[in-house]
Amino acid sequence: MEATNPIGNHRTNALPHVMVGLGVACLAVGSYLGLFVAPPETFMGNVQRIMYVHVPTAWNAMLAMTFAFACALIYLFTASWKWDARLEASIEVGVLLAFMLCMQGSIWAKPTWGVWWDWDPRLTTTAVLLFAFLGVMALRKFVDDPVKRAVWSSVATIIAYVDVPIVYFSVKWWNSLHQTQSSPATVSKSFYLPLRLNAFGILFLMTGFIMLRARLASLRLADELTPPPVQESLPVAGELA
Amino acid sequence: MTAMTSRQTRWFAVGALSIAAVAFFMIAGTGINKNLVYYWSPSDLQRAGDKAYGATIRLGGQVAPGTVHLSTGVSGLNFDVTDHKSIVHVRASGIPPQMFREGIGVVVEGTMIRDGYFRGNRLMVSHNNEYRAPKEGQTVSARELIKSTRGIADQAK
Repeated sequence: MEATNPIGNHRTNALPHVMVGLGVACLAVGSYLGLFVAPPETFMGNVQRIMYVHVPTAWNAMLAMTFAFACALIYLFTASWKWDARLEASIEVGVLLAFMLCMQGSIWAKPTWGVWWDWDPRLTTTAVLLFAFLGVMALRKFVDDPVKRAVWSSVATIIAYVDVPIVYFSVKWWNSLHQTQSSPATVSKSFYLPLRLNAFGILFLMTGFIMLRARLASLRLADELTPPPVQESLPVAGELA
Repeated sequence: MTAMTSRQTRWFAVGALSIAAVAFFMIAGTGINKNLVYYWSPSDLQRAGDKAYGATIRLGGQVAPGTVHLSTGVSGLNFDVTDHKSIVHVRASGIPPQMFREGIGVVVEGTMIRDGYFRGNRLMVSHNNEYRAPKEGQTVSARELIKSTRGIADQAK
């Protein structure tokens, strides 16, 4: 089986599980520091603490989609199935993170801005990002031929990725309700540690999830690409009589 | 579709990258960029003249210090929005968000009224990119934060 597998071998190593464990640990410590140790923000009070998940989610969502973009390019340049599996995994994890990002943003917006949602450039471009990558996921579901699926979804991913830099620059290019990027200079030092711990927490968790999901995708691919076995040994219905 | 070699799929990468590059250039480098306007500043609003009456507009700027008043009635909240060049007087209805205070950024959705004020139907507070821990000895409590709007309530009495 291993020798004829068209996508190479997929060893079950412990690395993804180590990543998930590390991610959970970082998130637990980071969230504890963020919720109970770091001081509240001067004007927002305790509401600001959602920053410790919102900002790391945003960073990692962008990272997951950047990885998907890289997978799409590498697949098209090498035609290697390994990268198709990784593309599937990173798009799914990226969509999950983008969805969480919108939810957290809404929860933060209501008490600070006074609204759950508005068609602000940052919010709108982020929603476009979520739906564009959701569209790539749907495309993969609808196409049965593995080759077509891999090529088309890679092309779609590369085009959808255009929105990632637009999301980043949206607050610089246009007037927006969303504030511009914060930097270490605009954030108090006492907020750094929980923010960074949670950023690494989500990064590890995301890496673990992408590895596990890619393994699943490559197992399914191997199944699809392997021609059905010739069942010579089984009796045919007519022979039984 | 039969299996494709990397030499064949490579052309798809070239095509997709070209489309992506053109799309990015069109959004980032051309006029679309300037035609997308989320809100108008008080100066934009005054420059628009008659176009500002009756149309739904988002007005963005800073709440001018010393101009916040709460009166009884439907359009209870009065304040001036400034961009340090022009000033627009706003009458908004509803309860302002907790963050609303003098000097903070706001985006108000509404329309310009002939009487010379902007009637706001939806008031949003926009904050800057600064997140600060309280200074030494300063405490942050929900009660203190509500005070930023209580000053307005006191004036209404």
